[in-house]
Amino acid sequence: MDRTQNNYAWLFVLPVLVLVAFSAIIPLMTVVNYSVQDVLDANTRFFVGDEWYREILRDPQLHAALGRQLVFSFSVLAVQIPLGIAIALCMPTRGIWVAVTLVLVALPLLVPWNVVGTIWQLFARSDIGLLGVTLNGLGIEYNYTRGRWAAWLTVLAMDVWHWTSLVVLLCYSGLRAIPDAYYQAARIDGASRWAVFRHVQLPRLTGVLTIAVLLRFMDSFMIYAEPFVLTGGGPGSTTTFLSQFLTTMAVAQFDIGRAAAFSLIYFLIILAISWVFYTVITRSTKI
Amino acid sequence: MQKTKTTVMIVYILFLMIPIYWLINMSLQPNRDIIGSFTLYPQNLTFDNYRRIFTESGWAAGYLNSLTYVTMNTVISILAALPAAYAFSRYRFIGDKHLFFWLLTNRMAPPAVFLLPFFNLYQSVGLFDTHIAVALAHCLFSIPLAVWILEGFMSGVPKEIDETAYADGYSFPRFFIFIFIPLIRSGIGVAVFFCFMFSWVELLLARTLTSVDARPISVVMTRSISATGVDWGMLAAAGVLTLIPGALVIYFVRNHLARGFALGRV
Amino acid sequence: MATITLENLAHSYLAQPAGEADYALKQLDHVWSDGEAYALLGPSGCGKSTLLNIISGLLVPSQGRILFDDRDVTRADTVARNIAQVFQFPVVYDTMTVRENLAFPLKNRGHKANYIAARVSQIARMIGMEEVLDRRARRLTADAKQKISLGRGMVREDVNAILFDEPLTVIDPHMKWELRTQLKALHQEFGHTMIYVTHDQTEALTFADKVVVMFDGRVVQIGTPDELFERPAHTFVGYFIGSPGMNLFDAEIAGATARIGETSIALDAAYPASGGKVQLGIRPEFCRLGNDGNGLPVRIERVEDVGRHVIVRAQSQAGPLNIIAHEGLRPGPDDTHVVFEPGRINVYVDDWRISPQEENAVPAGGV
Repeated sequence: MDRTQNNYAWLFVLPVLVLVAFSAIIPLMTVVNYSVQDVLDANTRFFVGDEWYREILRDPQLHAALGRQLVFSFSVLAVQIPLGIAIALCMPTRGIWVAVTLVLVALPLLVPWNVVGTIWQLFARSDIGLLGVTLNGLGIEYNYTRGRWAAWLTVLAMDVWHWTSLVVLLCYSGLRAIPDAYYQAARIDGASRWAVFRHVQLPRLTGVLTIAVLLRFMDSFMIYAEPFVLTGGGPGSTTTFLSQFLTTMAVAQFDIGRAAAFSLIYFLIILAISWVFYTVITRSTKI
Repeated sequence: MQKTKTTVMIVYILFLMIPIYWLINMSLQPNRDIIGSFTLYPQNLTFDNYRRIFTESGWAAGYLNSLTYVTMNTVISILAALPAAYAFSRYRFIGDKHLFFWLLTNRMAPPAVFLLPFFNLYQSVGLFDTHIAVALAHCLFSIPLAVWILEGFMSGVPKEIDETAYADGYSFPRFFIFIFIPLIRSGIGVAVFFCFMFSWVELLLARTLTSVDARPISVVMTRSISATGVDWGMLAAAGVLTLIPGALVIYFVRNHLARGFALGRV
Repeated sequence: MATITLENLAHSYLAQPAGEADYALKQLDHVWSDGEAYALLGPSGCGKSTLLNIISGLLVPSQGRILFDDRDVTRADTVARNIAQVFQFPVVYDTMTVRENLAFPLKNRGHKANYIAARVSQIARMIGMEEVLDRRARRLTADAKQKISLGRGMVREDVNAILFDEPLTVIDPHMKWELRTQLKALHQEFGHTMIYVTHDQTEALTFADKVVVMFDGRVVQIGTPDELFERPAHTFVGYFIGSPGMNLFDAEIAGATARIGETSIALDAAYPASGGKVQLGIRPEFCRLGNDGNGLPVRIERVEDVGRHVIVRAQSQAGPLNIIAHEGLRPGPDDTHVVFEPGRINVYVDDWRISPQEENAVPAGGV
């Protein structure tokens, strides 16, 4: 749509800016402030400059956690985005089943995050959980509290269970926006099912996929409550992701300065990767 | 083709429903059955777990608190996002391309450390342990999404409608409220769903910004569990109880959702 | 290329149509001759798109058969029918270049690369897009996109028919004329069977050899543009074609004389007596104003000058009428009556035109 140049449009955006800035800017400044100090208690702190940053950047434990986090987040995207698109393509498009399917598909999204952990804990336990008992019954040795792979895959399966529906809903909506004439024209042109997907459906999903990829990346990169409830980060540190590391540092060790420096670095990593996704996807649609 | 699609859909929905079924199954069994024998359905059906939860105080208040701040957050987010989305869909202005990404960046702050300054901030303005505090904090998550969803629906409304309305002598507020908003009703339904969703499931901020008066349901739940040690039956029952409001909300907005998604403007 | 035969065809969007009103397309038999250019003309909702989609195979009719030559294709899908279709709104593949767009239907059918290249450049020349062949389609204007759609429709030489569903809706008026001329030239060059759906009579009358007029799910007349103008088979055709449309008056007929109220009007032939609602139809082009007391008394209300002629809006005791008066016959202030050319009057019973008794045999005025 052709949009007219009008800088008074900022007035329309003002309420959003004020609301978001209120909760965003002051806490951010405070964290920046913490990150250059050693905070011993509420009244005793020393200025330490960039010492925390240097320490964090050198910490091998954190490098390991960052590596695990990246592998996890990209696995999440690699599973959920294609799966979400595939499910969206299979959703009914008319009739009474539309509303029923939407309700069922949306349900996992409305489960509070710690309850997601609880559900999977009960479901996957090797002694009382349906999944655990079934897998062991089939002769597959499975115990997510002991096996490293079992734990990691269980956390991934839980995230797929919890969040794939978000991708499904967004893509479903994107698919519904494609006028029938496109499908009819493709049929007349003799296009194969794959060509229809590649040249008609996928190009029209880029908008929703941008948002889906960004949301899924950010939220999976900050995943905390679900694996914490399920595995507590174990076994060993297989499922200890960055957030849990950070929480231990900030809450258990009350190492506020270090934790603040860490969270700013954390924030910048998310920002940088999101920016790359954002520009790559929006560029590719603009040519 | 249609058969494959239906099969895929059934398999996916089973995958989503089986863990929930298991939760319900466990919530209806006494603890000794849960640990003692593995059964696919409750052999000694009991509502004891639920009865025990309801006899403890704080449940009703917890529900009410959660619903209050979620509703406040949804209303505030939509009201603020409507004009902003209109600006994005109709005008070009300095910084418009980066503004949206900036809004999104506010979702990217890892909560653990930011919780403390949040706590300090809301305490210093005297909002600690109020519903509005949680509602405002959740705006960080819900507003960017609401703006984006509404912008999509608004861009689908031809600009000629605005121009015709002005030519007919409508003032901007009258046009916006009586002509424009009814045109994007389904879009608002979809945005409401997403605001509700992200506010209802978020825990860390809600827990940090409240203590007694505005304590959310999931905090009440965790507290009653920890008091009794590992009590699987009660844990399951508490889980089921926190599922219900979400399930009710999507049930009631299902037709709006279907219509909104069918327009495909998200 | 093929002759397309519709046999006993009808369609309802309801699973169990209760009566005729439930049919979007009422029963129809028709043969589309090989190599002719047809226009399917009618107001929106008259069933013309339904008919088109049945021919193209996007819709299976509730009853009847469709034959391409002698082959029954009623249930065959679009690909098997080997037809091309151009839609109302431009349908282009955004991620492809213009060249790839034009080549797509050929590539999907496994044609050889050098044949595709030759054919694409030929079509590109016709639609005037040689310059932009390597640009991505998504950045082009709606006009250009629709030209690509037209090009894609015509790129295959062996199609049985090319169907156009109001293809010029989004095109600028001056481009419309140009594209229509091009389509006509293409038709003459390749001789494809073309079916062109439109609600615009100018488009239909200038494009087609034969125009099929539809109204309320029914084909009311099939004819050349001249036939539609001179002998509209249904009052709707009279009203819909022509600008302004045909004048209609309730009348009584006795032999070769019609009466509109108090006025007697001579017809050029005798008509059989019949029940039902009888109407006279006369085009504004064949009405003459005069002041000698002959004909139907009228009161002139307004005169509109539209360039080559003037349109006179007048009122008579039998209702309003329009008269087209040419240079030199401009209405005078004392014109009080209108005379109809006898040979140009059509008689309708319950909206359908009836023929005179023993046409040509009865001398004017005699019963």
